[in-house]
Amino acid sequence: MHEMSLCEGILQILENESEQKNFKKVKKVALEVGPFSGVEVDALKFSFDVVMKGSLAEGSELIIIDMPATAWCMQCAETVTIKQRYDDCPSCGSAQIQVTAGEELSIKELEVD
Amino acid sequence: MCTVCGCSSGNLKIDGQAKDHMLDQPHDHSHDHSHSHEHGHDHHDHEHSHGHSDDHDHDHDHSDEHTHDYGQGPAHAHAPGLSQARMVQIEKNILSKNDEYASTNRAFFNERGILALNLVSSPGSGKTTTLCRTITELQDKHVCSVIEGDQQTANDADRIRETGAKAIQVNTGKGCHLDGHMVGHALGSLNPTEGSFVFIENVGNLVCPASFDLGEAHKVVILSVTEGEDKPLKYPDMFHAADLMLLNKVDLLPHLEFDVEKTIENARRVNPGIKVLQISSTTGEGYGDWINWLEATLALATTGHNFKNTAEKQTDVEMTAVAE
Repeated sequence: MHEMSLCEGILQILENESEQKNFKKVKKVALEVGPFSGVEVDALKFSFDVVMKGSLAEGSELIIIDMPATAWCMQCAETVTIKQRYDDCPSCGSAQIQVTAGEELSIKELEVD
Repeated sequence: MCTVCGCSSGNLKIDGQAKDHMLDQPHDHSHDHSHSHEHGHDHHDHEHSHGHSDDHDHDHDHSDEHTHDYGQGPAHAHAPGLSQARMVQIEKNILSKNDEYASTNRAFFNERGILALNLVSSPGSGKTTTLCRTITELQDKHVCSVIEGDQQTANDADRIRETGAKAIQVNTGKGCHLDGHMVGHALGSLNPTEGSFVFIENVGNLVCPASFDLGEAHKVVILSVTEGEDKPLKYPDMFHAADLMLLNKVDLLPHLEFDVEKTIENARRVNPGIKVLQISSTTGEGYGDWINWLEATLALATTGHNFKNTAEKQTDVEMTAVAE
């Protein structure tokens, strides 16, 4: 829903980084996205191309790195991989799990000129 | 989403059927297929009939025996797809700009011992009615002010002002949520007093406001019994982000088939720590607990602050005039 403004946020970060790290063109942007980040990747890709037009990242490729969602299961006392926030523990079936990762939404790295 | 074939996974569901993508395999995509471009797609264990016409832009160089080892280049790329050329490590959260504004707001609240609450819900769950009643009940002892977020109109701010509290309307226009920057601006004009309540009524939306920190102490999610029991499961991010759930309109329960226990169970599934209070903003049922929670939470926010002349500051001349 707010993918467009997220892309504007990405562009701002790119512009700041280009001054600090002295590059003029961005060719690829690698993004880490967790399943609970609230982002629809298709919408993000669409907005990305639109927002980057006319900028230092025009025509750049957006690479999505899917991050796994994990939770701590109190019964198993270990970290398990889940798909939804309301999932039960995939090993023991307990509902006593707490989500520990999956909200990632960050730029990991860039390929620049 | 699969970066190779472009199919969505996890988030996107079509008619309830997840386009399941075996997330437990962390997308290593070894691609040992022979490039006859038939794309067997054995990693899709779902049935969908669109035949995968997704554009496969396989314009990469096929001279490398199709091993697709992205780590071969001298620059040692970390992310698949990035290679050789100059790499810049950033590790920067996309919402970091919003988080900076939110931190500034949070510091503002902390310095003044203000309790800021971010009220979120779907449209029509009774946020504004709840706020009006809450303010009326708190007003004798506390100062309240409100930041109203709506896409359009100042109707809600007008309703709040009728209670005598200060209110600022923020129209997000095309935006689906309030962000840290908008709230920072509103605080500038609102100028809330020390040791007071600031209620931020977010845009009626159970999706986007979950991701945007405004600097509040707590998100409070309002769910009315005229909605479904499974709302917490349908919008898990929001119920996960909230610390308190107000189950509103409980006066209507006799007329509805609504399973309160089931709803609370669903909310706890996505957020084991969530507190739940049952209220009716029409009859005032359950307001005792809600007001207690508010005052106790305000006491925490003001702990360590020593406000001088608090009484004088709190009697805003204009407001007393309106209240009378």
